Amino acid sequence: MATLSERILGGPAGTYVDVRVDRAFAHDGTGVLTKEAFCEMHCEKIRDPQGTYIFFDHIAPANNSTTATLQAELRSFARARGLNFTDIGEGICHQLLAEGIVLPGEVVVGADSHTCTLGAFGAFATGVGATDMAAIWASGGTWFRVPETIAIRLTGSLEGAAEPKDLALAYVRELGMDGANYRALEFVGDGVAGIPMAGRLTCSNMAVEAGAKAGMFYADRETVGYLAGFGISATTQEPDDGTSARELEIDLSDLTPLIASGHRVDRVQEVRALAGTPIDQVFVGTCTNGRLADLERLARVLRGKKVKVRTIVVPASRLTLAEAGRMGIVETLLAAGCVIGIPGCGPCLGAHMGVLGEGEVCLSTANRNFTNRMGVGGEILLSSVATAGASALRGEITVPEAADVR
Amino acid sequence: MYGEGRAVCVGRDMDTDRIIAGRYLRTKDRALWAAHVFEDLDPTLANRLEGTVVIAGSNMGCGSSREQAAIALKEAGVVGVIAPTFARIFFRNAINIGLPLVECPVSCKEGAWVRFNLEEGWAEVDGERCIARPLSPKMLEILRAGGLVPYWRNRR
Ligand code: SF4
Repeated sequence: MATLSERILGGPAGTYVDVRVDRAFAHDGTGVLTKEAFCEMHCEKIRDPQGTYIFFDHIAPANNSTTATLQAELRSFARARGLNFTDIGEGICHQLLAEGIVLPGEVVVGADSHTCTLGAFGAFATGVGATDMAAIWASGGTWFRVPETIAIRLTGSLEGAAEPKDLALAYVRELGMDGANYRALEFVGDGVAGIPMAGRLTCSNMAVEAGAKAGMFYADRETVGYLAGFGISATTQEPDDGTSARELEIDLSDLTPLIASGHRVDRVQEVRALAGTPIDQVFVGTCTNGRLADLERLARVLRGKKVKVRTIVVPASRLTLAEAGRMGIVETLLAAGCVIGIPGCGPCLGAHMGVLGEGEVCLSTANRNFTNRMGVGGEILLSSVATAGASALRGEITVPEAADVR
Repeated sequence: MYGEGRAVCVGRDMDTDRIIAGRYLRTKDRALWAAHVFEDLDPTLANRLEGTVVIAGSNMGCGSSREQAAIALKEAGVVGVIAPTFARIFFRNAINIGLPLVECPVSCKEGAWVRFNLEEGWAEVDGERCIARPLSPKMLEILRAGGLVPYWRNRR
């Protein structure tokens, strides 16, 4: 009887374990400091270059020459040491690792807090800082305290205009911003089977918004089928009952479109409560909601109509963009007046490609709405793709209709 | 590990975006991070941090994994940080860069004299003591070495 974290990390909750890391990654943001720390440790060799990845996604392409110089240094470092290096325009680290790289049961550590996204595959995936990552580069492993687990038991199925993002906002509201601190989330129950991989990635992605170390789904038929699409054969994992420290039940059929405001990701209410609030910008993308299923949904809402406010769409990866092109989604979005950005993080962290001005409000499908994150004096509201699309059409917060999205 | 200093109080759920804003991240200049630490919270705070102990509310350092948040505090001269709970990545980062953290629930009084001892596991604000959650032996070792970089260098 053990939780998924206990099985993968190989020890009971509360104990400290040393583990080998299967996939370690950093990006243009955290990689610079990681490289510094690694060099200061007087290390030469990366222990496992094959399992080490560097992605350029945060400010990519570079926004100014300082950034460009830092990136040039990191690029040559990665190439010289034979790391898996992914340059600008390929996509967000968490999405690229979800395109046939991360497998169930692996230990995945990223120098990025949203590494928990990859728990959707039944991997133990968690974020660390730069110096921790440098030590992983040097040694191939790290230490963890095996987390206690909060089981989120899902029943029913999503109905109306509700989508997996609303589930993510709902559990963050229930747990609060630190409700799962030092713990892992496991999504279990009959409701899980009906959530496709894209939606599971959205749910796992926001685990860290409740402070969780990991947010995991057990690999099931959906997982195995998804990985088979990338030519990978994987096996399923079976949950043990009654191993979690706490349970939270959510009936998916009860969920309605939700929105986070007030610079707190756990200040979540029904979209209806904020309906009519004027917005200046809509942003659809990020490691939370920039996948093909999200763009498809957005296109369904916008088809044949015109957006009223500037609407920035940033596909999560090159593959996402290519498939959206093939499926006519790009055409629909362009015709509706959206701007399509280079695959990557886009304006999510307020560095480029859609920074907010003083007093501006952005409705975003991202995962964080911290004060000034997308620009000094700007405000971020967080919602699902359907809510973002419906609101873009009216230029104000709008409750999406089931008919718009199904 | 012993430390002392004047208390500076900050609120709960202090995210790393507020400790050091994303717009200052594209550099390796540690002094720049120190100069802009807590800027969006209170622009005058950075100049007053030398020799202080920051006492935060729960979930200190939540959000982005940016290690610059912990570095900025240390570079600004913060002696240690006390909070009832820390977000886990910030917690690891601080230890890894040699910034002492004390996890214990004290009520903060601005300017009060704060002392803490990590080996013995306590912190005191104006003489009022609280018992800290103990650090693992490995974390203490890393802190004693001055962070993970010197710890790692010594071990080789
Ligand atoms: S999309 Fe946003 S949240 Fe996701 S990795 Fe990029 S900056 Fe972080």
